Amino acid sequence: MSFLNNVITGISLGSIYAIIALGYTMVYGIAKMLNFAHGDVIMVGAYMAFFAMGRFELPAIAGVLLAVVVCTALGIVIERLAYKPLRQAPSLAVLITAIGVSYFLQNGAQILWGAATKTFTPIVNGTLVLVPEQLSISYVAILSVVCCIVVMIGLTLFTTRTKMGKTMRACSEDKAAAQLMGINVDATISMTFAIGSALAAIAGVLMCSAYPVLSPTTGSMPGIRAFTAAVFGGIGSIPGALLGGILLGIIETFGKAYISTDLSDAVVFAVLIIVLLVKPAGLMGKYVPEKV
Amino acid sequence: MSEQKKNNYPKPKLVPVPSTNIIPERDVDKRPILECRHLGIDFGGLTAVDDFNMAIGRTEIAGLIGPNGAGKTTVFNLLTKVYQPTRGTVMIDGRDTAGKNTIQVSHMGVARTFQNIRLFGNLTVEENVKVGLHEHTKYNAVSGILRLPSYWKKEREAHEKALELLSIFDMQDMADYQAGSLPYGAQRRLEIVRALATKPSLLLLDEPAAGMNPSETAELMNNIRKIRDTFQIAIMLIEHDMNLVMGVCEGICVLNFGKIIAKGTPDDIQANPAVIEAYLGKQKEG
Amino acid sequence: MKKKVNKNSLNGFINYGIVVAAYVVIRAMIGGGMVSNSLQSLLVPACCYVVMAVSLNLTVGILGELSLGHAGFMSLGAFSGIVASIMLQEAIPFIPLRLAASMAIGALAGALGGAIVGVPVLRLQGDYLAIVTLAFGQIIKNIIMVLYVGVDETGIHVAASSDRFVLADDGVAIIKGPMGAVGVTKLASFTAGFILILVTLLVVQNLVSSRAGRAIMALRDNRIAAESVGINVTKYKLMAFVISAALAGAAGALFGLNYSSTVASKFDFNTSILVLVFVVLGGLGSIRGSMIAAALLYVLPELLRSFDIAEYRMLIYAIILILVMLVTNNPTMKTFFGSLLKKSKKKKEGAGA
Repeated sequence: MSFLNNVITGISLGSIYAIIALGYTMVYGIAKMLNFAHGDVIMVGAYMAFFAMGRFELPAIAGVLLAVVVCTALGIVIERLAYKPLRQAPSLAVLITAIGVSYFLQNGAQILWGAATKTFTPIVNGTLVLVPEQLSISYVAILSVVCCIVVMIGLTLFTTRTKMGKTMRACSEDKAAAQLMGINVDATISMTFAIGSALAAIAGVLMCSAYPVLSPTTGSMPGIRAFTAAVFGGIGSIPGALLGGILLGIIETFGKAYISTDLSDAVVFAVLIIVLLVKPAGLMGKYVPEKV
Repeated sequence: MSEQKKNNYPKPKLVPVPSTNIIPERDVDKRPILECRHLGIDFGGLTAVDDFNMAIGRTEIAGLIGPNGAGKTTVFNLLTKVYQPTRGTVMIDGRDTAGKNTIQVSHMGVARTFQNIRLFGNLTVEENVKVGLHEHTKYNAVSGILRLPSYWKKEREAHEKALELLSIFDMQDMADYQAGSLPYGAQRRLEIVRALATKPSLLLLDEPAAGMNPSETAELMNNIRKIRDTFQIAIMLIEHDMNLVMGVCEGICVLNFGKIIAKGTPDDIQANPAVIEAYLGKQKEG
Repeated sequence: MKKKVNKNSLNGFINYGIVVAAYVVIRAMIGGGMVSNSLQSLLVPACCYVVMAVSLNLTVGILGELSLGHAGFMSLGAFSGIVASIMLQEAIPFIPLRLAASMAIGALAGALGGAIVGVPVLRLQGDYLAIVTLAFGQIIKNIIMVLYVGVDETGIHVAASSDRFVLADDGVAIIKGPMGAVGVTKLASFTAGFILILVTLLVVQNLVSSRAGRAIMALRDNRIAAESVGINVTKYKLMAFVISAALAGAAGALFGLNYSSTVASKFDFNTSILVLVFVVLGGLGSIRGSMIAAALLYVLPELLRSFDIAEYRMLIYAIILILVMLVTNNPTMKTFFGSLLKKSKKKKEGAGA
């Protein structure tokens, strides 16, 4: 039974990772950059929901909405101010800028909201008991999995069926060609950041509901883990993010349960390194060699 | 002067049969330096190069021409193992290159330049050449860090050799300039010098005259011959400038849609209807 | 535009000169009683960070690969250096020699770590590589956090949990899991830091202007061209990584031996980023820049502590980091700031004439 419990915990944690990983994967796919600050957008989202629900005593759904709106705006602003001027710059410069943004958000949050950890009120409470005293699922876990499935289906439909989704795919294939076909590349990239950041807000609320501690650095480790998940699944691939997220959640939970709680990070990262060694482009990514 | 020089060399006959080229008479060793047999590569379902057969003599200047997208650069990439061929063999100086990588092929004596210039832009001109000399000025990193006598000796050698090589194109004075800041033509020339520094027996030039004006091209033509005469090496070049190709190449190979459509001397090629068709399209009947 | 490049050797000598001059001035100031105790306590860590920055510059600036786990090598060096210094207590009673030996062992541990990181490095490029270095940094921190090391008369004992960690009665526990290394004899000195900086400069500068260094920079500028002239990519990437990690290990050993206790979380991702900030602000590839940026940025916030700026320190770093990247990499801003710089230079020249 503890095995099943671990599987359930792993999948629900993995669902949250998958939602975060989607943000990384979409941005990487289109802007070819590793948005290091994505994890910190999660943190901002969680703070927004925290204040909405805790201080202003708004209903949970309003808190989530506020988080989504603020993070979407934040994502667009970050892209415009920090990343857009570097469209032509070497990837090293963009990555360092992203790290700078990440630190800016973390330290800004620390100054605005203090370094002390806050206790987050879960948006849903209670557990569903399947086998009394042995097997139970928290409603947050169920919500996470449902959210993940909805997001995944929604995004797949969006990218394959809608015109905006198709422009996104066109830009990720070849920005110059897309531009020549009359696609507004800048707007498309902004939209990608907006979607990714909105997802980050949802993930932030879910994560803080499942693990109710909130501090300015809350987002950084899950962000790095979710990035690992995105790389694991093959960065740029939407199903890859789902697969990578779920696998990573399960590996982390099992690592904690059967190897060592203290070493769970080491296990996660060791898996990442091994995957990259065997498949340098991740499980579902495709390797594109440099053209000579 | 150049006309005279050109006539001094007998033109080899290229026959469209695998590796039966007539090696130039000046080559004492009649074995070809490069021999491709049934070379081919597929990218996914697309056959980029197919059944490529060619041989080049030890001091021959050969041209590889064809319309855009014919697969010329792909052939160079196959010869230098940037791509591993799907089919066929490449022999360098009688040795099979199967399973070798770019670095090993370079050590076997194949050097190249690139269509889109690939210099070490942040290094100086001299350093670029010294990187080319890497395999020929050997001392280990520890003697470099500790500045042991071997460092001083080899560095002096490398310095002198680099200046000597740069003097081929009268570039000694530019030795201390940053390579990335050089004008376009000088960058192309530096790429050739860097390739020569590896002491190749086969030099592959990918569009050496691209972006050059007619007088620069004429100078390049002389220099290509000069390089062959001085270093006694084989040169294979991809070029769209037909004056250069016809003026300098002794054997020409025409590629279209990844396949060889003609081989022969410049005169043969100019008269070949298949080549004219490939470049200009088929003439309408009637 | 043609641009003359300065001779490497002259630049190198200027760097040695700066370090020696700084050492002499600081020594004189200490002798004159002009340096407060709190500032004096910053000297050794400042030296360590200078070495960290110069060595990271070898990876990021000279090799051109982003490493986000440099603190991991520092950590390896710190803890192995601490263990070595305690093990060698009786064998080498002379403290400077024991310190040197411990730093050498720290460097060795760092080099070993660098080689282990180097192997995946050979297959990966760009962002993926950066993530692997990040992952290694986290793994190293994680493992040291659960590591127990001690010595007793039967020899050295290593365990991965406190239950399995059994020492004889006379044994000394050196590393105690999450509590880190405790009861360390402080061996580090400013002079040792000074010498370490000189050695680092010697290694990095001489490497850069040698055959191997050219090969490393060629890889950075154009890997495909480097391969085409026969440069062994694997060998030189690994060499740069290992040398960089070894220097970080030596710096770590000195750092660890400067405090009576050290915890692994001191060498976390934030530390790696801090060093990266030094390198980026000093200028990628500029050794002197790394040196000066590291020394100033390490000491400055401590000096400004009375102004209550410590809280804003990382925020300010973040803003500077973003601005420097934008200014140096955005074409419009580059020309704008470039023309400003030219104008001010002209003004200066005009004033001088």
